[in-house]
Amino acid sequence: MDRLLFGDNQFFGVNHMSEEKARSQALRFQDIEAVMSVLDDAYDSGLRTFMCTTHERVAGITDRIRTDPARYPNFVFYPCMPYAHKYANAVTEVGMLGALKRVLPEEGLIKAALRGGKSLARKDVDGIITLLVDAEMKMFHGLQTPVIFLQNVVVDLLLGLGFDEAFRIFDQHVRKRYGAVPGFITMNLPRLLDSLDGIGLENPIICSNINKIGFRMAGGMPGYEQALRERQFRAIAMSVFASGAIAPREALEWVRGQGNIESIVFGASSAAHIKSTVRLVKELWNPEPVA
Amino acid sequence: MGLSHLAMLRAHPEVEVAAVCDSAKYILDVLEKYTGLRTYTDYELMLDEASLDAVIIATPTGTHFKMVEQAIRRRLHVFCEKPLTLNPYDSWALVALSKEYGVVSQVGYHNRFVAAFGEAKNLLDFEAIGRPTHILAESYGPVVLQAKGATWRHRRESGGGCLYDYAAHTIDLISWYFGPPVSVAGTFCGHIFSENTEDEVYSTLHFEGGKSAQLSVNWSDESYRKMTTKITIWGTEGRIAVDRQECQIYLRETAKVPEGYEPGWNVRYTTDLTGPVWFYLRGEEYSAELDQFVRSAAAGLGLSETGHQNSFASSAVADSVIDMLIRDADGSQTDPNLSLSGPLAMDGSHPRRKWPMGKLSRRSADNRGN
Repeated sequence: MDRLLFGDNQFFGVNHMSEEKARSQALRFQDIEAVMSVLDDAYDSGLRTFMCTTHERVAGITDRIRTDPARYPNFVFYPCMPYAHKYANAVTEVGMLGALKRVLPEEGLIKAALRGGKSLARKDVDGIITLLVDAEMKMFHGLQTPVIFLQNVVVDLLLGLGFDEAFRIFDQHVRKRYGAVPGFITMNLPRLLDSLDGIGLENPIICSNINKIGFRMAGGMPGYEQALRERQFRAIAMSVFASGAIAPREALEWVRGQGNIESIVFGASSAAHIKSTVRLVKELWNPEPVA
Repeated sequence: MGLSHLAMLRAHPEVEVAAVCDSAKYILDVLEKYTGLRTYTDYELMLDEASLDAVIIATPTGTHFKMVEQAIRRRLHVFCEKPLTLNPYDSWALVALSKEYGVVSQVGYHNRFVAAFGEAKNLLDFEAIGRPTHILAESYGPVVLQAKGATWRHRRESGGGCLYDYAAHTIDLISWYFGPPVSVAGTFCGHIFSENTEDEVYSTLHFEGGKSAQLSVNWSDESYRKMTTKITIWGTEGRIAVDRQECQIYLRETAKVPEGYEPGWNVRYTTDLTGPVWFYLRGEEYSAELDQFVRSAAAGLGLSETGHQNSFASSAVADSVIDMLIRDADGSQTDPNLSLSGPLAMDGSHPRRKWPMGKLSRRSADNRGN
């Protein structure tokens, strides 16, 4: 994984600090050209990895990248699935099984129905989970997806429930079907490490909030610091600026000081912001490359 | 059963989840198979068998009254999702019952555990904006975006509809900030897509001392990514505008300025205000409200204890306000016997009332046509 990964929250109206800012970003990035323009800035600044949710609008981005390999020879996606609101809204509207039906892939429906149907009858979750993963992965067909993430809403729900088996199913499916490495996004890093240890997933890729003010680091900062020092895993830090609550240099200097953090994922909506972040990371991690 | 409640409680260091109950046998079987939970489809059987200390009820609102009552009579502490019941008399009866049995009660009005909304409450209590005069309380989100819907949320008799399921949160915040209203007027419950329930609620609430509030709630608004509640409070010495992310405060030069604030504009962000939780799933507030319940139940705190947020009593106020809104929209009088400050006389003089649902629906449809 590269040192610096580019995230997508800014494109989809997600801002942990301000609804106003989220709305103005949603307005601006309604136009796919505006999104591509920022992605181009990121790519041209040396960033190669776009870590994105499987929001339906990402299909517009993947189409662009797919059709212009000359412009984006090294462009890499890290899909993060599922885009939870899609499911949450469907569950509210048509119930849990109705929501499942709605997201089943249209192609190979019979095959899918068999896989899903059998496992529904046996109360095995394998078929359902792999089916959902495949549905989410459709938009990345033909593109590089070396790491595939399970989103924190799902990871943390399964984690709380004690449904560890689902992590193993996800892990195996992602490796076998996509030749990719599974990643897990969580707001509960120390606890997730215990669960993944318990089912024997070694050196997992885990993306979690890691920032100087302890924002959304559930269980508290000491547990995170201890995990970074003592546990065997590949850490990606997100929310390092805590949505802007920490000044960039201060935030990144703190991350640099933690050690054992392999990557940082950040979002930005201007070329200037992207460049300044790249510059700072280059300086602080010198001589290691940014990407 | 609420899956997210279950996940958060299973992760709580001081909780042992003894059993879960749900009507969906299939989901229970999957849970049992993969997580080893003990499961029931018969609620009373679970209460009798599972040797419980407390119960979390996250079921359609229409089932709350009976389930809460059955739990309290077994001396279990009860956390119930909002709204408490579909009828203020039922809610006040449960307040009385919980007091009689000395159990801890709580309702899931999670906004009171959102740090930014809490900051606004502190500022009001401090009288930072002087004498408050008006609240504009708005909630919008994308719940019902088409005519067809298959879940209980689409049926008012089960507790569905924008008023019970969405506006209840907004009403609870208004009551928290201004206390119970003395009257409501101009209530409009409109249908946008739903046939059997309202999708939008607008009303004017009047309070003691000439204070007022505007309520504006619409759950058929796709322009919002998820439920978004914004409260604006005007006072003689300034203004507070707060949502779950941030609290913006304007203070006049003459205002009583709290420590850390200054005259003019101030902003407090959730990133600064929010305390840590043991487990994060959907937002710190959901963890925090359950943690309060667990701690209160463990300590056996009675309802009279101060500092316990969202007891049945405060939630019964919200249910009473909902009743006032329904009657106002319907054109019927507010029940003069309805108390907003404490249990009603439970002498059988207030039989549980059936809602004039058909009437409300017709009236709203007519209004829309005009």
